[in-house]
Amino acid sequence: MLKTSTTDVVPEKKVEANSDRKFKLTAKDKYYASIFVGPSLFLLGLFVFYPMFRTLYISLFLTNSFGNTTLFVGLDNYVKLISSPDFVASMWVTVVYVVGVTFFTIAMGLLLANLASQKLPGIAIFRTLYSVTMGVSVSVAAIFWLFIFNPSAGFFTLLTKMLHLPTVNWLTSPTNAMWAIIITTVWMHLGFVFLVFLGAIESVPTTLYEAADVEGVSSRYQFFHITLPMISPTLFFVSTITIIGSFKSFGLIDLITKGGPTNATNMLVYRIYNDAFFGGNYAKSSAEAIILAIIIAFFTYLQFKFLEKKVNY
Amino acid sequence: MSTVLTNVCKQYDQGKTVLGKVSAEIKTGEFFVIVGPSGCGKSTLLRMIAGLTDITDGEISIDNRVVNNLSPKDRNLTMVFQSYALFPFLSVWDNVAFGLKARKHSQVEVEERVNNALKMVNLEDLKDRKPRELSGGQRQRVALARAVASDAKICLMDEPLSNLDAQLRIKMRQEIYALQRKLGITLIYVTHDQVEAMTMADHIMVLHNTEVQQIGTPAEIYKTPANEFVASFFGVPPINILPATKLSSKSLKVNGDFEVKVDQVITENELKVGIRPNELRVAKADELTANATVKNIEFLGDEKILYATFNNGNEVSAIISSETHFDLFDTIKITSTNNVLLFSQDGINITKGVGDVVNA
Repeated sequence: MLKTSTTDVVPEKKVEANSDRKFKLTAKDKYYASIFVGPSLFLLGLFVFYPMFRTLYISLFLTNSFGNTTLFVGLDNYVKLISSPDFVASMWVTVVYVVGVTFFTIAMGLLLANLASQKLPGIAIFRTLYSVTMGVSVSVAAIFWLFIFNPSAGFFTLLTKMLHLPTVNWLTSPTNAMWAIIITTVWMHLGFVFLVFLGAIESVPTTLYEAADVEGVSSRYQFFHITLPMISPTLFFVSTITIIGSFKSFGLIDLITKGGPTNATNMLVYRIYNDAFFGGNYAKSSAEAIILAIIIAFFTYLQFKFLEKKVNY
Repeated sequence: MSTVLTNVCKQYDQGKTVLGKVSAEIKTGEFFVIVGPSGCGKSTLLRMIAGLTDITDGEISIDNRVVNNLSPKDRNLTMVFQSYALFPFLSVWDNVAFGLKARKHSQVEVEERVNNALKMVNLEDLKDRKPRELSGGQRQRVALARAVASDAKICLMDEPLSNLDAQLRIKMRQEIYALQRKLGITLIYVTHDQVEAMTMADHIMVLHNTEVQQIGTPAEIYKTPANEFVASFFGVPPINILPATKLSSKSLKVNGDFEVKVDQVITENELKVGIRPNELRVAKADELTANATVKNIEFLGDEKILYATFNNGNEVSAIISSETHFDLFDTIKITSTNNVLLFSQDGINITKGVGDVVNA
């Protein structure tokens, strides 16, 4: 049995003294704990936990146009969603988008970071250029890319005309619109991902490469068998945040395609927004939000379960 | 079949010279140690032999083939780094196999070589461990195994023992020496530790101030150092360098205190004398006859090191028997045997017979 003293405020001592690791907090401990944890708990509760549970609650009801609950329907909203081809299509579109964005962001980021980590004169210019998209806001990026995709005066159109190729309708064909959104998102993410990868690559000890050089290991083999494994924790971190981030993409879609054409880029987040604020169907969009949260949680769980052990050496 | 350095130079962009005109011949199968204080360019020299650092001028040839412009892999050598350069994500076995696998050796050959190498360094039982699960000495052995597994005939080592504690260092020193003898490889070994150099080397190259001070066997380096720097770099505690004046053609007055007879004709009036601490004789003396005061005494077991200050301010260290007792601030009389080294005013060894050895 642990002896508790009211004067001792250093919790470590109590932990040490207690061999069977049972905590018993004194009033004073609780007071200190609440001081440390309280503020963030309050803020999280107000802005994260309350909205979360409120959304969950609303998703089990029917709502009126003010968003107030009217009739309890249980899981009806969910059943309706899952059996609606529209919603399932939206889920697929989102998955395609997330996979595309994550793959190309990581591939491009790695490529650029590997290039920029070479010791060459003037390399600092490229490092700055590659990371510059970090400072671009979504709205600026959207306008910028709208000009590029513009079918009559855009950069791509000029390029194809110059090369006498058929003009590509970037934003009016469903497949191309998806590509346009993926390209734009990758471009937006790239600056940050590039910088993180660059930092990781630079922190690999040079003696590892020198040892490999002396042993006659080709630089390609070095990249795949030294650089990649050494930066795998970073790779894991980047892929996790990129997946979560692209599931939540909203701004670019709203500004470039508005979910169109024919719902080809109508991702879950955009659908949630539309259903709630234009359709006025708060119950439906709450259920969609919960489903999205579950999907993201599921992917994150998968990643941690299967990758985390492999990347920590 | 030897490694020859001819006037090898290294300058950095700002014109700072790190190494100037280093020449040496490293014979096949010998244990060659490059030693010097930190910043003398010894690691740079090793990296230039490995091909990891460009050389500014001069020529490096291995087995009669100039390798100046060859990449490291074409020089057929292997290298052990101070930090061991182990891959943290690979097991011990895979670490040793890394280079062999990358160069697409057959599976059977890789296994045979890796297992042999691990056996040689007594790591067979730990082959599935990751580097972080190993002690410093074991990591060091993995690095050695990697060098053993490669079939290169030249192995370069850059301060391989400096991350180990003192006891382990002595043990690994013996293991490296035994390994080199067993494999018959040429080992070029860089260290700042004169004890490592003395105990392991067939030949030692002493580097200081961007230049080679002396190349020779450990005995030559210790007994007939080329100059004052080499003399004071080897030996613990370091040799005592004291001012001396000519008394007669064959005797000197050292430090204005005591006389030393030498077996050679002295031509200069002012010179320096190098006396190893074990050549000094210390006796208690009253204040009238004493020439020094005891400053500190270190007990080492069989012997003691006595640090004293001469009456004229010069400091000196002597090795005395541990039976002899002195107290701090005792007044003592220090004299010397006749086994001393003579240096000119600018530090060149002018002891009789030295020139022949140094220039040989």
